[in-house]
Amino acid sequence: MYKGRKIITGLILFVGLAAIPFFYNSGKTSVKPEPNIDTPAIQQLAEKQCVEPREFMKANHMQLLNDWRDSAVRDGSRIYVNSQGKQFTISLQNTCMHCHSNKAEFCDKCHTYANVKPYCWNCHIAPKENKT
Amino acid sequence: MSKTPKPDELSKVDYTPPKTGWMDTPAEFKQGMWCYGSKPKNLETLEFPNPRQWSPADEDWKLPENWQEILLNGLKERLDKYRSFKVFMDICVRCGACADKCHFFIGSGDPKNMPVLRAELLRSVYRGNFTTAGKILGKLAGARKLTYSVLKEWWYYFFQCTECRRCSVFCPYGIDTAEITMMARELLNLLGLNTDWISGPAANCYMKGNHLGLEPHTIVGNLEYMLDDIETITGIKIKPSFNRKGAEILFVTPSGDLFADPGTYTAMGYLMLFHELGLDYTWSTYASEGGNFGFFTSNELAKRLNSKIYAEAKRLGVKWILGGECGHMWRVLNQYMDMWNGPADFLLVPKSPVTGTVFENAKSTKMVHIAEFTADLIKHGKLKLDPKRNDHLKVTFHDSCNTARGMGIFEEPRYIIKNVCNHFYEMDEHTIREKTFCCGSGSGLNAGENMELRMRGGLPRANAVKDVVEKYGVNMLANICAIDRAALPAILDYWVPGTGCTGVHELVANALVMKGEKERTTNLRGEPLNGMEGQE
Amino acid sequence: MNAILSLIAVIALILIALLGVKTANLHSLFGIAVPYAAMAIFLIGVISRVLKWGRSPVPFCIPTTCGQQKSLPWIKQSKLDNPSTTSGVIGRMLLEVLLFRSLFSNTAFELRNGPKVAYGSTRWLWLGGLAFHWSFLVVLIRHLRLFTEPVPACLSSLEVLDGFLQIGAPGLLLSGVVLLLAVTYLFLRRVLIPEVRYISLAADYFPLFLILSIALSGIIMRYFTKVDIVGVKALTLGLVSFNAVIPEGISVVFYIHLFLVSALLAYIPFSKIMHLGGVLLSPTRNMPNNSRMERHINPWNYPVHVHTYEEYENDFREKMKSAGIPVEKE
Repeated sequence: MYKGRKIITGLILFVGLAAIPFFYNSGKTSVKPEPNIDTPAIQQLAEKQCVEPREFMKANHMQLLNDWRDSAVRDGSRIYVNSQGKQFTISLQNTCMHCHSNKAEFCDKCHTYANVKPYCWNCHIAPKENKT
Repeated sequence: MSKTPKPDELSKVDYTPPKTGWMDTPAEFKQGMWCYGSKPKNLETLEFPNPRQWSPADEDWKLPENWQEILLNGLKERLDKYRSFKVFMDICVRCGACADKCHFFIGSGDPKNMPVLRAELLRSVYRGNFTTAGKILGKLAGARKLTYSVLKEWWYYFFQCTECRRCSVFCPYGIDTAEITMMARELLNLLGLNTDWISGPAANCYMKGNHLGLEPHTIVGNLEYMLDDIETITGIKIKPSFNRKGAEILFVTPSGDLFADPGTYTAMGYLMLFHELGLDYTWSTYASEGGNFGFFTSNELAKRLNSKIYAEAKRLGVKWILGGECGHMWRVLNQYMDMWNGPADFLLVPKSPVTGTVFENAKSTKMVHIAEFTADLIKHGKLKLDPKRNDHLKVTFHDSCNTARGMGIFEEPRYIIKNVCNHFYEMDEHTIREKTFCCGSGSGLNAGENMELRMRGGLPRANAVKDVVEKYGVNMLANICAIDRAALPAILDYWVPGTGCTGVHELVANALVMKGEKERTTNLRGEPLNGMEGQE
Repeated sequence: MNAILSLIAVIALILIALLGVKTANLHSLFGIAVPYAAMAIFLIGVISRVLKWGRSPVPFCIPTTCGQQKSLPWIKQSKLDNPSTTSGVIGRMLLEVLLFRSLFSNTAFELRNGPKVAYGSTRWLWLGGLAFHWSFLVVLIRHLRLFTEPVPACLSSLEVLDGFLQIGAPGLLLSGVVLLLAVTYLFLRRVLIPEVRYISLAADYFPLFLILSIALSGIIMRYFTKVDIVGVKALTLGLVSFNAVIPEGISVVFYIHLFLVSALLAYIPFSKIMHLGGVLLSPTRNMPNNSRMERHINPWNYPVHVHTYEEYENDFREKMKSAGIPVEKE
């Protein structure tokens, strides 16, 4: 009583499971996405800076948007003062998307790549260019 | 021999583990907790190595020079032979689910009686010698060397396990300490380190056909005593046959029931039942043992002792085999016999000559449990029963560890009891069926010199009995195991005085209304029946 | 003591990764070479361990029967706890592996004065174990988003489900929290319950600390120090497409996380974590109780020395004759 066939089948299954990612990506070359900041609004900016420095935004934009949402919706405060003391209107559509009007190229590219599903657009109306 | 402490003293169990780690706490041989060492003549009879006069209490166990080499080679051999052993050595995560499931741990508080730690005693040596991590990291990886002190620890604790498998029920991987204990005992036997309470009966069984060493004429004589008693009680004269060729059925039961109360009453029960049915069956004096003390020694010896059953069935030309009430006998018959000594292609698929029922569940081994046989009789209304004769009894049923966890015969005996007794009560659900507690004396531990161990191990079982004694007035513990009938009376006397112990077929015979019997005034024990007091 | 040694070992691993990346700049070693080596050790190690088990036969049919056997047709068999067929065994194994059925029936006892031994069900270990294993599995599957491009829809749904509470940003994933709590519980019971502490080896604490550190470093990366997830995915995708790259600017916390995971992978084949394979091979669980119905074969069954009937009769012939027992030779 060895049940050798069952053991071998089990091991093949195990290796198969472990190899899924390798097979899935074999022959594919994916390019690391870079968010596109080439929009007309940004082109016109004298100083190309977001509400906070680029590195901060890259790491913490989700936190900032979350705070903005709470501030605007729950506290009714629509003024954001950034780390340099500058004031901005808290508004996804009018502030963020004013410059970053290219949702697909700016937001979605990385979000899709990293499988992140922000629920911004559950409430907000997505910019037109995204609708096909 | 030290005196066993009183129950109130023994039941003060301290579960606090020692301050020192278990590897740094050598086994202390406490009087009353171990059995005498095997005598040289028994080992010689069995052709086992290193026969010599020795005592476990001795400093020097008179071992061969290369004893470590013998053990490690033996360990290696068994790792290669048993997947169970190999897997169980590797996969324990020490979650502790088994820790408080062992009756010896509950009764003694000794942490090395936790199944996990009992297994670690052997596992640590396995790691130290057969795994890379163990060889490099040593104690850090839970590994240690095989020293004299470790060997003594093995002997002490692997003869404090009754191979009852209760831990295996609760283990998430089914790790079975019985498997590990069996391997450890095989290894110890390579050095002649058995207990005489095991090697003695095994030697008897090998030469004389049964553990008690009853010679053929003694078996006949013992049965004749029973037949006389049966005649006195029922007025019916029964003439069983021995070693008869051409009988339809060979009946095999543990020899304990031919020898001492209350097992003898169970044997009388068989005689009366078979007579009443007019069964064409025979006893055998050669295969006069259903139990198997070889099973507590080594796989090979177990096979050697077990071989007699099929050999005798073949010699006598019977059609199938009926087995009596016994615990480990049925674990062996169910899970080992066919693989050792089969195929039993010279026998027929068992068929009850009374009801015509074909026992499909035994179609390969051709061996039927008497409880299955009798339950089938009752279901078909083939027995005239008067349960009122058992009305003075309030009965509870103890599932024997081996028939519970190595077979699963739960309903058959209960069905029988409920048909022959009017008062039946179950014990706490955590102490019956697959969760049943061992009597504490199984696997060859029912000696006299280890009485304290037996009383400690019997505490959980006896305590559950005590509970139904207090709740319902239970006065009789029924079971289907000869070791139970031999061991439990002492344990019940100690923890729950006044509670009796009986085989199921004693209850059957007492209720059985036989053709042509005289009015019974006493039961098989000679006690007056209800309403019959003073008529003797 | 065992716990402290294990903790030191895990801290040492963390320091190795920290110094290796931060000070020695060995990004390729910790980001590429070590993960590949760990994966290789894991795969080869697990396979060879299982084959090693498989080379030993199962000589006897030894299921632990936890319910009524199959016998007479009118007696209800317990088909899952005492299976007699392959489908019963599969059912029993599935319940065991997926739901930890044996642990579910766990009991605790108490010895009271009298003496009175009292029993009760206890399901904490079952619950903790189940929470630990299942959350670990969910965490593992979630990580596949870093190893697949495009990410399959089912992974996205799992993540949405895992983060359904929608707390904070990035959204809190429940599996991580449950994993952390469960590991902590498993550790605490090991040190707080005297019996369990007594049986615990360094090899029991080490994987707990290792997994705790893996979970913590992951959580720190996701919620606190942040990591360039796009860069991370470029690295992980590179690994699985055999086109490994080291993108700039990935925080050292990621390298620590990756190194600990590698350590765990490489450790598995040599450790008790092999119970994941072993449980499937456990003969007391994966066999049907049908050994009276069907003959199992013991491949090494060998002839043994027996005491034959003939020898027996020679010993006792006269006694047998005088007792009226038939004999073969008069």
